[in-house]
Amino acid sequence: MEFDPVTLARIQFGANISFHILFPTISIAMGWVLLFFKWRFNATRDEAWMEAYGFWVKVFALTFAVGVVSGITMSFQFGTNWPGYMRTVGNIAGPLLAYEVLTAFFLEATFLGIMLFGRSRVSNRMHTLATFLVAFGTTVSAFWIIALNSWMQTPAGFTMVNGQAHVTSWLEVIFNPSMPYRLIHMLLASGLTVAFLVAGLSAYRWGRGDRGLAVRHSLKTGVYLAALLIPLQILAGDAHGLNTFHHQPAKLAAMEGVWHTERGAPLLLFALPDEASQSNRYQIGIPRLASLIITHQPDGEIRGLNEFAGRHPPVGKVFWSFRAMVAVGVLMLATAWLAAWQLRRGEPAGWTVSLLTAMTFSGWLATLAGWYVTEIGRQPWLVTGVLSTADAASTVPGGMILSTLLMYLALYLVLLASYVSVVFYLARKAGKHDELPLSANLAGEQA
Amino acid sequence: MNAELWLPVVFAGLMAISLLAYVILDGYDLGVGILLPLGAKAERDTMIASIGPFWDANETWLVLGVGLLLVAFPLAHGIILGELYLPVALMLLGLILRGVAFDFRVKARDPHQPWWNAAFAAGSLLAALSQGVMLGRYLTGFAPGAAAWGFALLAGVGLAAAYALLGAGWLIMKTRGALQARAIGWARRALYGTGLAVLAVSIATPLASSHIAAKWFVLPDFLLLLPLPLGSLALFVLLALSLPRLARRQAAGNDTLCWLPFAATVGIVLLSFWGLAYSVFPDIVIGRLTIWQAASSPEALSVILWGAAVVLPTIVGYTVYAYRVFWGKAEGLSYS
Repeated sequence: MEFDPVTLARIQFGANISFHILFPTISIAMGWVLLFFKWRFNATRDEAWMEAYGFWVKVFALTFAVGVVSGITMSFQFGTNWPGYMRTVGNIAGPLLAYEVLTAFFLEATFLGIMLFGRSRVSNRMHTLATFLVAFGTTVSAFWIIALNSWMQTPAGFTMVNGQAHVTSWLEVIFNPSMPYRLIHMLLASGLTVAFLVAGLSAYRWGRGDRGLAVRHSLKTGVYLAALLIPLQILAGDAHGLNTFHHQPAKLAAMEGVWHTERGAPLLLFALPDEASQSNRYQIGIPRLASLIITHQPDGEIRGLNEFAGRHPPVGKVFWSFRAMVAVGVLMLATAWLAAWQLRRGEPAGWTVSLLTAMTFSGWLATLAGWYVTEIGRQPWLVTGVLSTADAASTVPGGMILSTLLMYLALYLVLLASYVSVVFYLARKAGKHDELPLSANLAGEQA
Repeated sequence: MNAELWLPVVFAGLMAISLLAYVILDGYDLGVGILLPLGAKAERDTMIASIGPFWDANETWLVLGVGLLLVAFPLAHGIILGELYLPVALMLLGLILRGVAFDFRVKARDPHQPWWNAAFAAGSLLAALSQGVMLGRYLTGFAPGAAAWGFALLAGVGLAAAYALLGAGWLIMKTRGALQARAIGWARRALYGTGLAVLAVSIATPLASSHIAAKWFVLPDFLLLLPLPLGSLALFVLLALSLPRLARRQAAGNDTLCWLPFAATVGIVLLSFWGLAYSVFPDIVIGRLTIWQAASSPEALSVILWGAAVVLPTIVGYTVYAYRVFWGKAEGLSYS
């Protein structure tokens, strides 16, 4: 099989960014959860909160490390894989990326050291502040990168002069039409990913008979956080969808599988979109529901893919990624509310514990699926209407990209498997040392 | 003065400072990684503990340096990283391996720990070698041919030796007892490696690059440049003489000069870096592209400059604070 360099560059960049996003998705919200544990400890002086902090800070350290090193890879690949990107929109992407490094990366990386290892060296107040600054740094980082990504989706605040974008208003660039929606959607996704991670791993410990106060605190934190965030996320997702309808109609048509502009479009539960015949096969839908959800009118008009011939994204991938995301979301809603209801009344049922454990990393699936919707949905553009992906691609020979792609893939598979297994191993190890959780775990951990 | 004239110079300076900070800061923690297999089993945790709170932030300087190259000199970023595609990929592999191994090694199952230790050391060595090769390729202007590649490999070994020397100096400063005594021994060996490599690279650089040779061997530049090799030579001699004395003092329990080897090595790095920067400036791709030809538009650069002017001093401030928090010897570092 012969691959062209553009396809390879896209696969390589897609593989790297897919791997990378898993870890910031956890560290953004985990920072705030750690701050919550710390705050509960400061308020109650209940050591169990600090024990929960001590366990989750290790997961955080691991997550942060993988995020940092896979992020370094990204900073090189922006240039190597997409030289046309900086050439065309460097005036906008450059400052946004620079501000991310300057205002966020150093802050989080520096105070991480104090947060992880400084508890006995600084005051409790300073340690709380360090925890806050790390959480704040991860969120600031999300702000800048989402601003840039959203600008690529819905560019604003610039003019094109001699094939280069020049800023006319930084406010419009940063707070471009899709930015607030995407930022909130992503922050909530991070919150949900962490809520299910905390709930799932605590349920795993619970299921193994490890039911100390710290596990109880963590389980409740995770489940209640999930139950609180999932309805908010559904609302935010709906608003984000409306925003897409107005600003990126081709993406929305692909998400809903609407080939031809129609009124009263059905909500498709199942279909096999077929690019060749410009239609869906085996379509099962609920009449008028898509129009109702998107236009808030049962016979509202949705513009079809026919209006964007040759300029719309690959339909099947967007269509199914969207359904995968929504399916995980619905499962999250049911699980979180059931578990929350059970926890209010007493202890969780055995099968709920198993379900929560199985859903430990469910946030990853929803987040990845969501990003595939928005990133594949932007194709064939890199920057909507300004720069096509093919025009931005590199001239590095395909063979070189292929060999490094294989290296990255092998590495990422090993690291992903190691990460998941080490996180579960940490949970088992923490249970074994219930009596002396800190000293026993940390004797061999002079790091 | 014209912004199109001075902004690229300012950004070249900022980028150089970032890369210099990276070479010194990540240099010592990569060096500790390279030395890890030489440490006794029980000492390895202390070695890692000495760099634990710092390595994340140290690597951020690389992101800033490459980020500045990307945003301030996008043309050069494309050429340089395109030419260095394979060594960059290997460096990233090394950095990823060591970064995650650092955290996995203390959290993974006991039988897996030797694997993560090996990954940490191998990743550190691979990253150091690749960075040296990148430097060597860069200095020859990416010239083809076996001689140019031989020069790049030489630079790779040289940089790895220099990092090992920095790492040994760091350990002498941050540890005590048997480990500190060993670190003095490692420093002595790394010193010879570094000295030979710096000498070889200094001789080979003008041979490998006529462009640089033309800059070195003209009067009065030659006389103005002379303090750089002479200063480096003085620091090498200082290290060579002081390390054996330091070993005797250390054995006698006197630790007052434990900072000296690290400081002297940093001095050598500063002088070498200054020499290289002088040789390259004002080109950014040697013989092909000057910083003015490669620079972004002044509008983007001035937006970044305002931010950098406010934020960089803050970063330096809290970095100093973090180093003060973990001042002194490294033992007893833990999550508690």
